[in-house]
Amino acid sequence: MEDREVILDIQDLRTRFATNEGLVHAVNGISYQLHAGETLGIVGESGCGKSVSMLSVMRLLQVPPAKILADAIKFKGEDLMLIPRSEMRRVRGNEIAMIFQDPMTSLNPVLTVGFQIKEPLKLHMGLSDEDATERAAELLTLVEIPDAELRLNDYPHQFSGGMRQRAMVAIALACNPTLLIADEPTTALDVTIQAQLVDLVKQLQHELGMALIWITHDLGVVAGLAERVIVMYAGFVVEDALVDDLYGNPRHPYTAALLRSLPRMDGRSGEVLEVIEGLPPDLLDEPVGCPFAPRCSFVKDKCREQNPLLEEFAPQHNVACWIDINTGEFK
Amino acid sequence: MFRYIIRRILQFIPVLLAVTFFTFVMMRAIPGGPFDFAGDRSLPPQVVANLNARYHLDWPMWKQFLSYVVGDEMLGEEGSSRGLIRGDLGLSLRYRGQSVNDIIATTLPVSAQLGFMALLLALFIGIPMGTIAALKQNTWIDYTSTFAAVAFLSIPNLVLAPILIWIFALKLGWFPVATWGAKPPYLWGFLPSLEQMNIDYFKHAVLPVFALGTSSAAGIARLTRASLLQVVNEDYIRTARSKGLRERTVIIVHALKNSLIPVVTIIGPAFAALVTGTFVVELIFGLNGMGKHFVNSIGNRDYSIITGVTLLYAIVLVIANLLVDISYAWLDPRIRFD
Ligand SMILES: Nc1ncnc2c1ncn2[C@@H]1O[C@H](COP(=O)(O)OP(=O)(O)O)[C@@H](O)[C@H]1O
Ligand code: SF4
Ligand SMILES: [Mg+2]
Repeated sequence: MEDREVILDIQDLRTRFATNEGLVHAVNGISYQLHAGETLGIVGESGCGKSVSMLSVMRLLQVPPAKILADAIKFKGEDLMLIPRSEMRRVRGNEIAMIFQDPMTSLNPVLTVGFQIKEPLKLHMGLSDEDATERAAELLTLVEIPDAELRLNDYPHQFSGGMRQRAMVAIALACNPTLLIADEPTTALDVTIQAQLVDLVKQLQHELGMALIWITHDLGVVAGLAERVIVMYAGFVVEDALVDDLYGNPRHPYTAALLRSLPRMDGRSGEVLEVIEGLPPDLLDEPVGCPFAPRCSFVKDKCREQNPLLEEFAPQHNVACWIDINTGEFK
Repeated sequence: MFRYIIRRILQFIPVLLAVTFFTFVMMRAIPGGPFDFAGDRSLPPQVVANLNARYHLDWPMWKQFLSYVVGDEMLGEEGSSRGLIRGDLGLSLRYRGQSVNDIIATTLPVSAQLGFMALLLALFIGIPMGTIAALKQNTWIDYTSTFAAVAFLSIPNLVLAPILIWIFALKLGWFPVATWGAKPPYLWGFLPSLEQMNIDYFKHAVLPVFALGTSSAAGIARLTRASLLQVVNEDYIRTARSKGLRERTVIIVHALKNSLIPVVTIIGPAFAALVTGTFVVELIFGLNGMGKHFVNSIGNRDYSIITGVTLLYAIVLVIANLLVDISYAWLDPRIRFD
């Protein structure tokens, strides 16, 4: 099917946090693959483990309280779980770069934007300060910040929110990463600025050819961006499909409900948006059965006892559900 | 920036005048007077009246204050006061023939040298200790340094100083028991002269500097630790790590500057307090410093010394706070003065 090389292969990743209240089951055994140059969207309600799964891959969680288990997290054939810390540092910011949700707090307020862009250039590419300055100005121009050379000397507070996020993109792209992970990069921005950033990243990805993981809780954003979408729920992957299949033929009751709760772009008025009743499960509880069961309209007794595994429903379309949602009966 | 500094300095003037006024009035309002006793005998009322007249203490309060601030000449009176505006802090009421200016000129340098070294000690021990404790959070290093910090914070100077003397001066004989290694004339009015600045000077300084500086060091260590632990949870630290920087670089380049912002806040008052003298340490080590004179003068009702020293303390404090605000701007580019 897919002839591009697999660059990221996550096998049964489980991440837990030891807290005073008990063990938080943040990620509960997720597996997926990502190909070179592919754009993958990860969607799901806030708190479903999107960020934690990515931070686990980057080994950016503090251990303890975090505990990360996985059969393997292979990046270009190398298991990130096993490589020494120094090797992991060579991957971070160089092979895999990440941009975060809040542009207001993600840049260091006491260092200039230029300094922060130059850091990975000097670290991973060994550029001199002079060369790094030149390259940093190019990068700022690339992310469409005017007067780049002058703006290098600015501090983050002199940038607007949208500009800061673009500066974050410049930092992330500094070393031409193989994979860019964008963790809800537009959530904190105005709608128009959101759209600009999405377009910018799309265009840069096209030019530079990196793979992209775009995390969001907004199915609308991924529609125009991703080739493939993974839907997460309570630390599980519940559906994994090409974008058209997912939107046109959702197979998981949660995905279907999410799509029904989406405002429609064609503006059919009078249509009442559906809201998913109930709350996601408490992650402090050991997961038993299907995590969506308490909110699912198709629920059967079996669902409460056994959690369905993610299985291939059709080529490149995986679902974790006992039921065929077209018939409402067991598959 | 320059205009900001000028404006701040102009703002100091009313503050300092108010401090002077309140000290001046309140000291005179508390019961007792400078001439109540000579030794342990009380003086005959006639003598007291003469002395009061000589120092103008029989004048109404407003006139005394005016005389203190602008001088007797401007009031058209006979008298010795040349006025605060000409830098004259008046005559001591108890040390006959000595002016407050003379007393400060001999005692402040000792306090300032001691306090400055104590502050350096506090910074050079406190900041690294706090940083290490934060980085090794919840290890034995953290617990040991926390224990040491709490201990040094809670042991009063009054106890610590004699212990230091007993161990390091009397038992081990490493350092002299008391006195200060430098005497007037001072270099630039406050530094030890070059021939006095030798090993012996520093040997004299070690114990009092430790006695005075350790509790500040402990306080700064606690504050640095707390502040750094907060900063390392910030999003930009995660960003720095996601670039692949070494943990050491993340801390020194990305976290430390941010975490020092609250630490700088307490350095201003600590500086003023240390530099203008501390009674206990000066008394125990037999140093002729300003703190000792200040406390003695309160008991003696030596109004001029009290007012002069309080004013000086206020000046040091406002200047220290100005320096703190300037260093804020250096630490945090979001702060701008205009
Ligand atoms: N350091 C932590 N300690 C305890 N729980 C955490 C920690 N970080 C995240 N979690 C929990 O893990 C779950 C998943 O969080 P996250 O991945 O951030 O969600 P999201 O999908 O919104 O990105 C949440 O319930 C969150 O409360
Ligand atoms: S397994 Fe059962 S409860 Fe879970 S989503 Fe499918 S139908 Fe609903
Ligand atoms: Mg998140």
